[in-house]
Amino acid sequence: MTSLRITNVHLVDPEHQTVEFGNLSIKNGRIAADDPALPSFDGQRKYLAPGIVDMGAKVCEPGERHKESFRSAGLSAAAGGVTTLVTRPDTDPAIDSPETLEFASRRAQATCAVRSYQMAALTKGRLGKEMTEIGFLQDAGAIAFSDCDAVITNTKVLSRALTYARQLGALIIGHPQDPGLSEGAAATSGKFATLRAIPAVSPMAERLGLERDLAMVEMTGAKYHADQLSTALALPSLERAKRQGLDVTAGVSIHHLTLNELDVADYRSFFKVKPPLRSEEDRLAMISALASGLIDIISSMHTPQDEESKRLPYEQAASGAVALETLLPAALRLYHAEHLDLPQLFRALSLNPSRRLGLDSGRLSLGAPADLILFDPDVPFVLDRFSLQSKSKNTPFDGQRLQGRVLATFVGGQEVYAR
Amino acid sequence: MQLQHLLGIEPLHPHNITAILDLADHYADQNRSGVRKSDALAGCTQINMFFENSTRTQASFEIAGKRLGADVMNMAMQASSIKKGETLIDTALTLNAMHPDLLVVRHPHSGAVDLLAQKVNCAVLNAGDGRHEHPTQALLDALTIRRSKGRLHRLNIAICGDIAHSRVARSNLILLGKMENRIRLVGPETLMPAEIGAFGAEVFHDMEEGLKDVDVVMMLRLQRERMDGGFIPSEREYYHRYGLNAEKLSHAKPDAIVMHPGPMNRGVEIDGEIADDLNRSVIQEQVEMGVSVRMAAMDILMRNRRQAATEAKL
Repeated sequence: MTSLRITNVHLVDPEHQTVEFGNLSIKNGRIAADDPALPSFDGQRKYLAPGIVDMGAKVCEPGERHKESFRSAGLSAAAGGVTTLVTRPDTDPAIDSPETLEFASRRAQATCAVRSYQMAALTKGRLGKEMTEIGFLQDAGAIAFSDCDAVITNTKVLSRALTYARQLGALIIGHPQDPGLSEGAAATSGKFATLRAIPAVSPMAERLGLERDLAMVEMTGAKYHADQLSTALALPSLERAKRQGLDVTAGVSIHHLTLNELDVADYRSFFKVKPPLRSEEDRLAMISALASGLIDIISSMHTPQDEESKRLPYEQAASGAVALETLLPAALRLYHAEHLDLPQLFRALSLNPSRRLGLDSGRLSLGAPADLILFDPDVPFVLDRFSLQSKSKNTPFDGQRLQGRVLATFVGGQEVYAR
Repeated sequence: MQLQHLLGIEPLHPHNITAILDLADHYADQNRSGVRKSDALAGCTQINMFFENSTRTQASFEIAGKRLGADVMNMAMQASSIKKGETLIDTALTLNAMHPDLLVVRHPHSGAVDLLAQKVNCAVLNAGDGRHEHPTQALLDALTIRRSKGRLHRLNIAICGDIAHSRVARSNLILLGKMENRIRLVGPETLMPAEIGAFGAEVFHDMEEGLKDVDVVMMLRLQRERMDGGFIPSEREYYHRYGLNAEKLSHAKPDAIVMHPGPMNRGVEIDGEIADDLNRSVIQEQVEMGVSVRMAAMDILMRNRRQAATEAKL
């Protein structure tokens, strides 16, 4: 049933920044002119928005399928309202050749419930020494290139990779972080890290990393996206680069928008993420930057870890948190706290990432793919991590009160999830 | 709430600290008398788990347990199952299944002892976790100060050296702050943790200024094994600027005492003569008080456990 009419809903339109009550018709998987003749689906006065386009989730295929497979990630994405899942190449082995990329896309096509695109590594093995076959990888479907948290330290290698990528129009995703300062760090330096005696990194390391990357972008003209910014210190650099007209965008992870360093409390390893959680001032600065549009994109930075990797002393525990299913409820905290309205939220969750990746989803306009979510922004619940679809249950929101959840998810007009 | 574990100084109230010190005072007198043994921990099993090398602290805990009549077992964790890939929690659960009454744990990572305490149902005593806390060291330092100064409040105390890597400094800073003393931290900026000023201490980079009119000079070991590169230019420059010698000590009060948690690097952070000067140095007494404080802490934890068990039955 790829043709239907969703009736009786509030339409959240991030493109026109409006919320209007009405109906939405779908024909052949795409949004069409309103047609009362189509079979109808009662939206029960809830909210309909373009599905989330999540840039940079980790699916652990190949290598660690016990942590997350395309099947479990797809179910998780569908349940969380993510209709386009863009996966990271920091697998084991890294997705750095057309062959590994083809394996991942084949697995995605066969088992993933939502649309999925793969990113590829920018250097072989994410080692920062030789660039990957960017052209072949693009032909094989790579949507963007990134070494993820492995920062390329050799600027000569980076400048050549950026130059080559620019010539092919490829999007480069960087992780702004100075590798020297951040080595071994598990927290942000400050009073809390000192009290808990956790090795810490100054927030300045992010600005250093970003400044370097922006200088390289200015030098090479590459198309660049900073995967996640988390500190107030980095924002003036980003603003300057945008004002200068560089082809630069930036993202922020949901965790840096909704949690701060104090949440780590007594060494709770589920709150260990990379970069580490920041101060409350930084969190508020990220929210303002998101509201003003300086930061473009919210992403889940979904990073599955098994129980064993987290059941360790804080310093030794693995970084990362699963987030596909908690992305929307957590993001709605910003809406309930009146930091952002729903169209602003979906601009960052759906429209901007879709545009940045050159896709045509993320909109409610005629002809756009009918990738949609029906959600209730107000329904309260307490999260039980074992209720997650993801194979890994490492969420910092376990036991927390959240408000708002997905009722149904449509990909190309096809219902892939219903609550 | 009564203490079930001793994981750090941070969760303690001043009255908890005073209670431990009062009992330790009693044990200190007992240890100096002919009859050193008691049966406060008779029938209890104490396991010392040291994931990091230690001779002094482990010996001190072992003697303390034995003097209280506990059955003490030492496990050198570095040589054992950890090498075979067992995780900390699994090791803890294995030992827990043997029903010990008291685990004494040292671990190279901050927070590891907290984690372990969540997984076992016996009392856990932190014998040092990473750079975080070393509560019995701070308690024995407090007892030493109280016995030689006659009080543990309104003193000027300088803690000198590698503050950033020192759990001893962190625990002492918290304890002495709770007991209302004025604390100064003396050392090069590279060895100070971020925003340490927020903990209510004054920070000095000049040692003579920092030692001016203090009652207690607490030296720290320069943790060479923790230095992952270039915190100070050289040992000799460090000794010149921050090593304690007679000249620098002359700025302190004439009756100021000198302390060091050991083991000392003579000629790096402290001059040998000062360390051996019986009129100034209380370093040997610190070692002696270590046994008494550990006896007191274990005794109190065991009493609280027994009381909790009795209450649970009622």
